[in-house]
Amino acid sequence: MNSTMKQTSFSVAAFSVIFGLLVGALIMLVFGYNPISGYIALMSSAVGSMQNIGGVLTQMTPLILTALGFTVASSAGFFNIGLSGQALAGWVGAVWYALSFPNLPAYVMIPSALILGTVLGGIAGAIPGWLRAQFGASEVIVTIMMNYILLYTGNNILQNVMAHGIKESAQTTKQIGANATLQMPWLTQLTQGSSVSAGIVLALVMIVVIWFVMKKTTLGFEIRAVGLNPDSARYAGMPSKRTAVVAMAISGGLAGLAGTIEGLGNYQYFFTQNSSPSIGFDGMAVALLGNGSYLGVLAAAILFSVLKIGGLGMPMSTGVPFELVDIVIASIIFFVGANYLIRIIQKRIHEMDAKAEVTAEHKKQQKSGGQ
Amino acid sequence: MTELTPVIEMQHITKKFGSFAANDDINLKVQQGEIHALLGENGAGKSTLMNILTGLLQPTSGNILINGQPVTVDSPTKANQLGIGMVHQHFMLVDAFTVTENIVLGSEITRGLSLDTKTAVKRIQALSDQYGLAVDPTAKIADISVGQQQRVEILKTLYRGADILIFDEPTAVLTPQEIEELITIMHNLAKEGKSIILITHKLDEIKAAADTVTVIRAGKSIDAFPVAGVSSQQLADLMVGREVSFKTEKQSAQPKETVLKLDNLTVKDARGVAAVKDLSLEVKSGEIVGIAGIDGNGQTELVQAITGLTPVQSGQVMLNQKDMTNKSPRKIIESGVGHIPEDRLRFGMQTHMTLVENMMLQTYYQAPISHYGVINPEAEDKMANRLSQKFDVRASGIHIVAGSMSGGNQQKAVIARELDRDNDLIIAAQPTRGLDVGAIEYIHQCLIDQRDAGKAVLVVSFELDEILNLSDRIAVINNGKIVGIVDAQSTNKQELGLLMTGMNLDEVKATLNEPTEVNTL
Repeated sequence: MNSTMKQTSFSVAAFSVIFGLLVGALIMLVFGYNPISGYIALMSSAVGSMQNIGGVLTQMTPLILTALGFTVASSAGFFNIGLSGQALAGWVGAVWYALSFPNLPAYVMIPSALILGTVLGGIAGAIPGWLRAQFGASEVIVTIMMNYILLYTGNNILQNVMAHGIKESAQTTKQIGANATLQMPWLTQLTQGSSVSAGIVLALVMIVVIWFVMKKTTLGFEIRAVGLNPDSARYAGMPSKRTAVVAMAISGGLAGLAGTIEGLGNYQYFFTQNSSPSIGFDGMAVALLGNGSYLGVLAAAILFSVLKIGGLGMPMSTGVPFELVDIVIASIIFFVGANYLIRIIQKRIHEMDAKAEVTAEHKKQQKSGGQ
Repeated sequence: MTELTPVIEMQHITKKFGSFAANDDINLKVQQGEIHALLGENGAGKSTLMNILTGLLQPTSGNILINGQPVTVDSPTKANQLGIGMVHQHFMLVDAFTVTENIVLGSEITRGLSLDTKTAVKRIQALSDQYGLAVDPTAKIADISVGQQQRVEILKTLYRGADILIFDEPTAVLTPQEIEELITIMHNLAKEGKSIILITHKLDEIKAAADTVTVIRAGKSIDAFPVAGVSSQQLADLMVGREVSFKTEKQSAQPKETVLKLDNLTVKDARGVAAVKDLSLEVKSGEIVGIAGIDGNGQTELVQAITGLTPVQSGQVMLNQKDMTNKSPRKIIESGVGHIPEDRLRFGMQTHMTLVENMMLQTYYQAPISHYGVINPEAEDKMANRLSQKFDVRASGIHIVAGSMSGGNQQKAVIARELDRDNDLIIAAQPTRGLDVGAIEYIHQCLIDQRDAGKAVLVVSFELDEILNLSDRIAVINNGKIVGIVDAQSTNKQELGLLMTGMNLDEVKATLNEPTEVNTL
């Protein structure tokens, strides 16, 4: 039962990716591009240079973390749309802290900045969790609204609160110092100056940590029980309100860590944001494709990052616009969402097989037992 | 042709789900004007067979003949056209609509753009009179009793021209008096030429209502024979495939100190209306107290208040002389309360989790299952294996998803978990609902063993047989109040049935006109 369920969700994901790529191919055809050379250009660009491989890894890092965050929240029965704002909280906080204490040694600065960013994201996640547990407020609405609150709070901190000394201009901070960066010279050199950082290692470690917490600890057991059947969890004496808040805090904390790594690893500074960072929403897409599986999250993060980085190489060689990649990603998520449809198609195929067998058997019987 | 053509003939019906045959070469023959009982354990394949007859499932092989003509029933609409109607166990009625509106729903008589309610009312009244249903077509569903709601369901099928009526466990929600009335109605329907298929695992009802019975066991039709001349015991043995004892043997109770004491308890239901009103009750160690009553008289709220799932408005819950009023469910569990909940799927289990995870639902945070918040997989497997063995939980492995187990084994798993914790008080709400005789026998024995081991046991059930079989004392609940407490040895169904309708003991005695030795405790 368990293994067939896993098989089905894997085949749903595989079907979705194939259909998504087909939709992309169709659109390329309609607009007069050659889909085969388009996809070849995409792939060869994504893995064509060490710099681009570094780009894929940089892209993957926050996606893994926000996707893990989304997965933890949905295990507890929450739909956390606020990953974006939670990430921003971590980003602003960590960069501000790093710039404010330029003289702390790296071994103090880096761990404390990571913890600070994670905690800030965690608080931003715990608030909607608590509001739902206590008052039944829909976390969907609260997290969407909190995305705005955090976006403008972040911009306001940058523009009006931060000391002038740590700012480059009204719109951007200075670069963080060498004591706070997550980039490593040898890695930067190896990837020809990409902004890949130690964050990718942290993200991979977090996959294992979150898998362990969710599958092997009492806390994970509580989170899953509350998410699957809150009545039964309450009946069993689980502290369901506390569990819900903790799950949302972990979810937000992972997003906060993603934002922190963006700040200390990828960008190395903070600048005025026009909209909520897309890593939150892309992370949701990764989690949906990964469908609750931790290896699935990793695979989906790689796929989306390859598409995004490879997509940048498409216009140069084939003229296919970069936006096509977004169409492909959106189509994949559409098919994941429409998994009901895919399951029905699979079921029909099974039924047709079964029926064909039965009729064949029936005919055999009729023949052998004929009058 | 010497034999009459049957109204329905299902020949060699086989239905496979993968490699599993839910129905394996089943034959069923129903004559016109006959009440034909379909008897079988849970999971024997009764529902699958009826789903095939009503067009919800397609048979893998086999034929259906209606009045001798082969037919394909490929949709519920087709079944309707063929005159097959189903009276569902769970009524599908709109509370805010009138009887007539509910009946015509989906096949309204219209005059231009408006509904022709008058004609509909007349037609329904006529049908109701013809079959002696005594339903007021203009009454609102919310205002009529459960028994009458069931008659509305019957009218619904008749209104759509059904000649073959399938009753799915029709007596589960009825009082003994209502059950008698239902049986009369079924006889009336048969007299008027309707054919009835009665799905049940209650043997008394088959004896009282049915003409013929087909026994299904493990997906196969075992036998079909006239009911007259067969004893309930023979029916039960045939159904289960071995000898079954009904009366669970038990010694007389040895009640000792009070374990549970409820003082003037008042509890509100989800809508904020008082469902338990000023209720007091005691359960002592070494005795089983049964709470008899019709569904919806405060039993659910009472149990939830004791177990901490619903707040107590006023009054006190005392456990072993300690005040447990409005304590958290975990505190109450830890103080020694086992709770077999009424709604197994909603409260009792995590149906998407494995059997192991369900077995440790309350003890996962304690040693030896976990240390410092990390679960020990060996310890949990060991416990699940031990419990499965001790309580005869049959599953294809302890890592199977609980929702895929049969109802009987799910319930055994819940019971295993709740009885294994060595509690002082066991609350069992509908412990055998929907289970077959074999499982019922086993679960009753478990509860009596608990009593004999000195536990206090509180059983809530809508089944009078169960209450009578298990209890030492019986408290009858009506409208949130205990209307009388009687000794299980000296009471009977009739007396309990009247108490359940809200009469007090004196009124009941007067009605029965025979003063029995009833102890008011």
